[in-house]
Amino acid sequence: MLGKLTWQAIPFDQPIPLVAGSVVFLTVAAIVIWVVAKGHLPYLWREWLTSVDHKRIGVMYMLLALVMLLRGFIDALMMRSQQALAFNAPGYLPPEHYDQIFSAHGTIMIFFAAMPMMIGLMNFVVPLQLGVRDVAFPTLNSTSFWLTATGALLVNISLVVGEFARTGWLPYPPLAELKYTPGVGVDYYIWALQISGVGTLLTGVNFVTTILKIRAPGMSYMRMPVFCWTALAANLLIVAAFPVLTATLAMLALDRYLGFHFFSDTAGGNQMMFVNLIWAWGHPEVYILVLPAFGVFSEVIPTFSGKPIFGYRSMVAATLFICLVSFTVWLHHFFTMGAGGDVNAAFGIATSIIAVGTGVKIYNWMFTMYGGRIRYDTPMLWSVGFIVTFVIGGMTGVMLAVPPADFELHNSLFLVAHFHNVIIGGVLFGGFAGITYWFPKAFGFRLHEGWGKAAFWFNFVGFYATFMPLYVAGLLGMTRRLQSYDVASWHPWVLAAGAGVLILLVGGACQVIQIVVSILRRDELRDETGDPWDGRSLEWSTASPPPAFNYAVLPNVQGEEPYWEIKRRAIETQQLAAEPDYQPIEMPRNSPTGFITAFFATITGFALIWHIWWMVGLGIVAAYIVFVIFAWRDVEEYEIPAAEVAAIDRERRAARAQWLATHARVGEQV
Amino acid sequence: MTRNAARPRRRTHELSGYAAGCPRLAMRIAPLLILTACHDGVLDPRGPIGASDGLIMLNALEIMLAIVIPTLVAALFFAWWFRASNTRARYRPHFAYSGRLELIVWAIPILVILFLGGVIWIGSHELDPYKPIETRGQPLEVQVVSLDWKWLFIYPDQGIATVNQLVVPADVPIHFSLTSATVMNAFFVPQLGSMIYAMNGMVSQLWLQANHPGNYFGESTQFSGDGFSGMHFVMRAVPSADFNAWVGTVQRGSGPALDWAEYRHLEKESQHVRPFAYRAVDPSLFRAITTLSLPPGPGPRVERGGAVERSED
Amino acid sequence: MSVSQALPGPHRREMDPYRIGHRHGGSGGGHGHPTGHGEGGPAPRNVVVAYGFWIFILSDIVMFSAFFAAHAVLQVATAGGPSATVLFDPSHVAWETACLLLSSFTCGLSAVATRVRSLLWTEVFLLITGLLGAAFLLLEAQEFASLVARGASPERSAFLSSFFAVVGCHGCHVTAGLLWLGTMMAQVYVKGFRPNVLRRLLCFNLFWHALDIIWVALFTIVYLVGLGR
Repeated sequence: MLGKLTWQAIPFDQPIPLVAGSVVFLTVAAIVIWVVAKGHLPYLWREWLTSVDHKRIGVMYMLLALVMLLRGFIDALMMRSQQALAFNAPGYLPPEHYDQIFSAHGTIMIFFAAMPMMIGLMNFVVPLQLGVRDVAFPTLNSTSFWLTATGALLVNISLVVGEFARTGWLPYPPLAELKYTPGVGVDYYIWALQISGVGTLLTGVNFVTTILKIRAPGMSYMRMPVFCWTALAANLLIVAAFPVLTATLAMLALDRYLGFHFFSDTAGGNQMMFVNLIWAWGHPEVYILVLPAFGVFSEVIPTFSGKPIFGYRSMVAATLFICLVSFTVWLHHFFTMGAGGDVNAAFGIATSIIAVGTGVKIYNWMFTMYGGRIRYDTPMLWSVGFIVTFVIGGMTGVMLAVPPADFELHNSLFLVAHFHNVIIGGVLFGGFAGITYWFPKAFGFRLHEGWGKAAFWFNFVGFYATFMPLYVAGLLGMTRRLQSYDVASWHPWVLAAGAGVLILLVGGACQVIQIVVSILRRDELRDETGDPWDGRSLEWSTASPPPAFNYAVLPNVQGEEPYWEIKRRAIETQQLAAEPDYQPIEMPRNSPTGFITAFFATITGFALIWHIWWMVGLGIVAAYIVFVIFAWRDVEEYEIPAAEVAAIDRERRAARAQWLATHARVGEQV
Repeated sequence: MTRNAARPRRRTHELSGYAAGCPRLAMRIAPLLILTACHDGVLDPRGPIGASDGLIMLNALEIMLAIVIPTLVAALFFAWWFRASNTRARYRPHFAYSGRLELIVWAIPILVILFLGGVIWIGSHELDPYKPIETRGQPLEVQVVSLDWKWLFIYPDQGIATVNQLVVPADVPIHFSLTSATVMNAFFVPQLGSMIYAMNGMVSQLWLQANHPGNYFGESTQFSGDGFSGMHFVMRAVPSADFNAWVGTVQRGSGPALDWAEYRHLEKESQHVRPFAYRAVDPSLFRAITTLSLPPGPGPRVERGGAVERSED
Repeated sequence: MSVSQALPGPHRREMDPYRIGHRHGGSGGGHGHPTGHGEGGPAPRNVVVAYGFWIFILSDIVMFSAFFAAHAVLQVATAGGPSATVLFDPSHVAWETACLLLSSFTCGLSAVATRVRSLLWTEVFLLITGLLGAAFLLLEAQEFASLVARGASPERSAFLSSFFAVVGCHGCHVTAGLLWLGTMMAQVYVKGFRPNVLRRLLCFNLFWHALDIIWVALFTIVYLVGLGR
């Protein structure tokens, strides 16, 4: 009746997941009860859960990302502490538990922290920067978010119902096959990723279409902000790479569920094929993560340096170059599988070639700073921290790209340190830069500067304190994923890393405090004009937060950095441009489709994991019905009357006029 | 925020004590934190493969540092000099393009990569794990089988086998043929050189050599399950005469004989297995494992409610 | 915020710091006919929907490519079991192909009927398309059943696993397409040729034809190459 699900799936005999699960459950329950008791549910449902507004969806992605970042970080704390304790000792986490923790850490961080963070930023910013009202397919956008949330939910359910995968974040067969992992862990992994993978793929389709087909009048390709170019490249990669993940996980699921032999150790299965397929997705995936981060820096650095980005064309070229070449390097993840000199060399060279694109970008950012007047608000601190950290991480990456070096460093802590170096230094720093940069636009008030700077410094120092010792440990021969070890020379370095992670913990605490303090002091930190940083791109011409329709009239883009020109013209002439002719605006209606589809997806996923076949059927049928109901609606849009548009926009213009009046005419250097 | 001291401060003071004890190889290294560890591990190689691997690694690092250090210095200098409060810095708000600079920023990485590409091409061929180590004498043949969760080493020419210990003659090339009884593993002795995957149903190959007698730490570097942490072993390199003596001792000893039945018993899951030796080995055993005449090892036994029971120690 | 007046001279250079210039000299207003380069503003809904659906189809083709790649690797991994030459029946496959190709033709006819806004003929040709698609699925199910009955089930070998997966994946897409077809037939009947219904019909057509193209690739790579081995 309930498939494989029994009461024994709940870990009553394991204190750690039991306590963790209870804490999470009680916290969530408390929040839900508070929301309902205070009468906020209708607001929440109407304005957020059923919203198809890209700005709201972006914020929700970011919330999901930050919560999952916290969960992933807790996993990291447990890993570091276990390793610090487990020298010639068992530590406090037995292998069955430790293996789940490092697998969950990687899976959560990549799929449910880093990806949603970048996708959240792209969701919020891209339509604003393109000067349009929303993405191409708003309801699909909402569905994408909720499907991603489903995946995250399933992974977290595995903490208390059943277990998570114990294979590492990529489940290599034969270990991941049913024979060697008969539990439900790998199934949780498979279905969480298949479901959220659909969401991500739809995001890719959505944003490629938006960026290529929906831009303000006059915004040709070469007038798009660099962030939009990197978003385009990342989403092209999503469209081209995620289907491979879907197919590969489907093959693994067929092996596990129906006894197929794609990767099995008998009847002709080929485990090496899994490794190839999964990394054919896996390598573009890391570029999907890092390209939007590069885009964030390409926005932050010019703004805070007071000059345009240096070498716009070569930035675009380098972005597309990285996009293309990222598909040609996947074998560097398994040089040690024995492909031979020719193949290894070819992929090693391709990997080095991709470093050229990134190198060009670094130099362009540096020359953007050159000749600038750099203001060191928090986003700029993150950017400089990124340049230093990412260059080092990239350097160790190129070292690993040399096969003979990789023959000694593959799967060691050197590798672990390298990829954390580039992911933390690139993606995470970029995410935090983006959050602090665009937070005022999203919420109407800035984040507290002092706590932001503290968060940066603790995270920056904490990163080096944690991962530099791991480089050393890797060179000393320590491999990854060890639950315990007895090599004395590794111990001090592991201890050092354990101490370093505590510094990161302080950094994370600073960030939480920053948000709390900023909310409490939001009136002092209010962004009155909508342009707190003296920005250069179109999103800074809107109010903070922008109205639902973004722009009362779509801007007419005359050149690169359109908002900078609008602003300068206003300052020169000491007046705003003429009030436009306000028209009624049609906006897409909110829809519960995404939320309800994800609800049934969660049920279907859970049922697939536990082999509750009738529930699977029910879930699929229900999802189809939801689709039909959505397809049947007659009214897809609602109209905002011209008078309301005018009233909202006049408020914005009044704020701008006030700002203008306090700005003497600035004699610009010509 | 005027002085942007973003350079990580931890690096400089920890290096001096270690550098003195390094072998000649490591003396060439620039003082960075990651290179302070010179005892054990890949920067203290004891064999020709390890030495070559390490040399290439350091060459690659040096090539990269030639670019990276000036770049970081310039980046930090720009970040500091062009801070808003520095009135001496010239504000050039229209400096957004320079053909000459573009040429340089594309050309330098491309040239470096060309050079590195040469290193990669040559190195990948010279140090391919399958490439034999030249020798006038006879290499030693060792067949390696990774099991859950221990290593089996078969000496086909000597007709003996060991579990979790690998005794070899020093200064003699060793030709490894590797496979796995179950899931993917990887065989690695950090101080001797390259690693290679061991996969069920396939044979991979590796050549290593220990120049001098000594004990070298060995491990698996591909996660293989709950007992993975226990999959380390000691590789003991001894003078040739001692090696022959050791072989003789094992052959005459009271250890079990490794036939197919005994192998099936060994295949069962076990962790932290103490090293022991087999006095005799069925010569067809390795081939039977790689051709799956002997089926792959069993996985865990499934218990109540889908939960997996732990393997015995 | 629209700009009506021309800008004074010195600003032109600052507007264009990269000296990329623009051949329309900055006069690309929002009133021009959309060229697809964004200069005319957001593209019309029809274009956006069709374009997005194309991108989705491309992603679907990538997924099939992964299955094809797996098949390329596994097509000789018969593990001592039956291989393509003994298993595949060319005439059966020919009937499947005929059904599917014909269904594509009738789907095209329904699109023509839609263009002239004939509800009757749109529905008729959609129905025939659906019936042919169902016939294809029936034939395929028969083929699978007979293979399994002969011991050539997907558990037998990696080759068979890959065969069932790639052909089955296509079959699942056809099934989903038929569900969608039924829904579209109902929608057209109830709502008539509204703009959104027309857009969806276009997407359905794209999907159905894409499935046909994939079948051609599948038929060639899996069946013909397999038989020729």
